[in-house]
Amino acid sequence: MTIAEERSELAHEPEADAQHGPTGIYKWLTSTDHKVIGKNYMYTSLVFLMIAGAMAMIIRAQLVQPNGHIVSQQMYNELFTIHGSMMLYLFAGPFAFGGFANFILPLQIGAPDMAFPRLNALSYWLYLTGGTTMLMGFFVNGGAAAFGWVSYAPLSSYTYSPGPGPDLWIVAIILTGFSGIFTAVNLVTTAFYLRAPGMTMFRMPIFTWNMVVTGILILIAFPILTAAMVMLYADRHLGTHFFTVAGGGSPVMWQNLFWFFGHPEVYILALPYFGIASEIFPVFAKKPIFGYKGLVFATLAIAGLSTGVWAHHMYTTGTVLLPFFAALSLLIAVPTGIKVFTWIGTLWGGNLQFRVPLLFALGFLVTFTMGGFSGVMLASPPFDFAVHDTYFVVAHFHQVLAGTAIFAGFAGFYYWYPKLTGRMMREGLGKLQFWIAFIAFNMTFIPQYLAGLRGMPRRIPVYLVSDHVTFLNQVSSVGAFLTGFSFLIWLLNLWISWRRPIPAGDNPWDGHTLEWATSSPPPHHNFTSLPPIRSQRPVWDKNHPEYADYTTDHDGTPKKEVEPR
Amino acid sequence: MKVEYRVYLGIGIFVLIVTVVYFFWAKEYGGAMMLFGTAGLGLLPALYLGWWKRRMEPRPEDVEEATVAENRGAVGAFPDHTIFPFVLGIGAFLTALSLVFGPSTAVIGLALIVFAATSATLESRRGGTV
Ligand code: HEM
Ligand SMILES: [Cu+2]
Repeated sequence: MTIAEERSELAHEPEADAQHGPTGIYKWLTSTDHKVIGKNYMYTSLVFLMIAGAMAMIIRAQLVQPNGHIVSQQMYNELFTIHGSMMLYLFAGPFAFGGFANFILPLQIGAPDMAFPRLNALSYWLYLTGGTTMLMGFFVNGGAAAFGWVSYAPLSSYTYSPGPGPDLWIVAIILTGFSGIFTAVNLVTTAFYLRAPGMTMFRMPIFTWNMVVTGILILIAFPILTAAMVMLYADRHLGTHFFTVAGGGSPVMWQNLFWFFGHPEVYILALPYFGIASEIFPVFAKKPIFGYKGLVFATLAIAGLSTGVWAHHMYTTGTVLLPFFAALSLLIAVPTGIKVFTWIGTLWGGNLQFRVPLLFALGFLVTFTMGGFSGVMLASPPFDFAVHDTYFVVAHFHQVLAGTAIFAGFAGFYYWYPKLTGRMMREGLGKLQFWIAFIAFNMTFIPQYLAGLRGMPRRIPVYLVSDHVTFLNQVSSVGAFLTGFSFLIWLLNLWISWRRPIPAGDNPWDGHTLEWATSSPPPHHNFTSLPPIRSQRPVWDKNHPEYADYTTDHDGTPKKEVEPR
Repeated sequence: MKVEYRVYLGIGIFVLIVTVVYFFWAKEYGGAMMLFGTAGLGLLPALYLGWWKRRMEPRPEDVEEATVAENRGAVGAFPDHTIFPFVLGIGAFLTALSLVFGPSTAVIGLALIVFAATSATLESRRGGTV
């Protein structure tokens, strides 16, 4: 037990306590340090990314020829279900709000740890066991869940999806759901109550702001998902009829519950990555972020609006008020557009340093904007009626979701890896990885838009020669294999940096925010001293007093904030 | 505290407006209920934060000119390491698995949960947060 004492500007003796306490596996099991937990989250979720990515490779292999025979129909269904579920519930979300946020958020606000360290550790264990539970499905009689990541009724009922596999899936979602809720409580509380003096809300880095809003959205959305899962389980085993017509229930109610969680969820998955990009653009453009408050309010607006658009996933059910949901869905494109413009404004006229983090962040910006455009098209009901449940939708949500999580995710990984480990990754390999991933990713998904427009439905293991989608699928599959290959380059890079470390120093990128004010990796309880916090860029101010965001008195005491130059 | 309060208040009020519009336009009660509940999830924390805002001096982290030295005293007490979250997690895992494989794992699971929850509580009462 350590009491984090006052953190005065005078450094106390740098404590040599990073190593105290248990070591090895017991340290890993018992640590409540947000940095250890954050790293656990990151590496675990990257393992899940690899597993789910391998499933995608099998899916794409099956689709190389019109009548593929790589896997059975049942196996195909299990693969895309667990692929999607792992990517969304176990990779994209936890990588960001469990991994990056855990490690970075307390550092960015000058806090010694998360507000509830034990709860934080519990979150991780629920996440790990939940993830394991989902994978266990492949090893039980009847196989894993096979009803898609959305688990629509009545397909997910016991009649159509018997066996323990679907139940394991439900349990996995409940466990990871609680894990996410606990993490969200921690994030919001930490940002509200553990900021350093002078770190007002409107000086918090954009990444931290985005994590606060993500936390708020998780607290709104996840309980609904968990409740829906409990209802589904009760329908399957306890004789209730929430979602069965025969017993007076309604299958469409499942869709309402699911998407009331589901659309906020897509922003829960996206906002953290928006935050990462918003940290990287200013640092590598050597400028403050353009339109700070605009970004904050856009983020809040997205959060508010995202609770009112759920039924744009249900246009074709014929049960929803089309104009209401179309209008709100188009409205949500406005704050999203504001974000894109502030990013461009940040880059505009900047002194751009094309290092690996910036390249990945730019890759994110391009793919996300493309996917955003197709989202606006889908929000219009007449268009959606034509392409709903086709590969057009698959391409849309991979560009917005996978493009975001992969490109902004790796941007963040390359950007903060020096802080995590005190080491650099190799630039050359990173650039190679980026270019292969960027070209291959778009090669995978742009043909899918076209296949969708030609009417190729999603979630099918075979198609006909006369569908005229063979070539498009082959291009897509080659792109997918190359995307997979790009991850191997990243693994190689990681391995090299492990075997032949290049020391990073505390602030290799000339960063702006507080995580760069401490050592790499940071000591136990994070800071031995803090710079004065007088603007959104305290570390920049300290390192570049002549360009600082505030003016000083003649004796050097900070006087007032000026408009960032 | 002011900004924190307004963030939650803003979300609550916005969703409340959406709720009213949806209720009278769609005349569909399921969605209106969900929206109403969501508005509550914004307004309840706003109420709490607003209540504290009125009763608190601005904290150093709310003051633009605050210096780091103003944070006299302990920021909080943080445990360094503890095994109980792990035990609790495994307990929850075993208990949840009983939903699939029958009640036997729940016996061990619930025992672990009770043990870890009490131990963690006692541990944190000796100092520290949960
Ligand atoms: C620019 C704002 C966006 C709009 C207007 C929009 C609109 C839509 C619409 C209307 C659909 C339903 C298509 C159908 O099922 O026929 C859809 C599907 C989807 N969207 Fe978006 N979207 C936007 C941004 C995003 C973002 C940022 C993400 C995630 C990061 C996302 C993830 C998804 C996913 C996962 C689906 C597929 C759901 C399924 O399996 O059926 N979207 N989007
Ligand atoms: Cu949506």
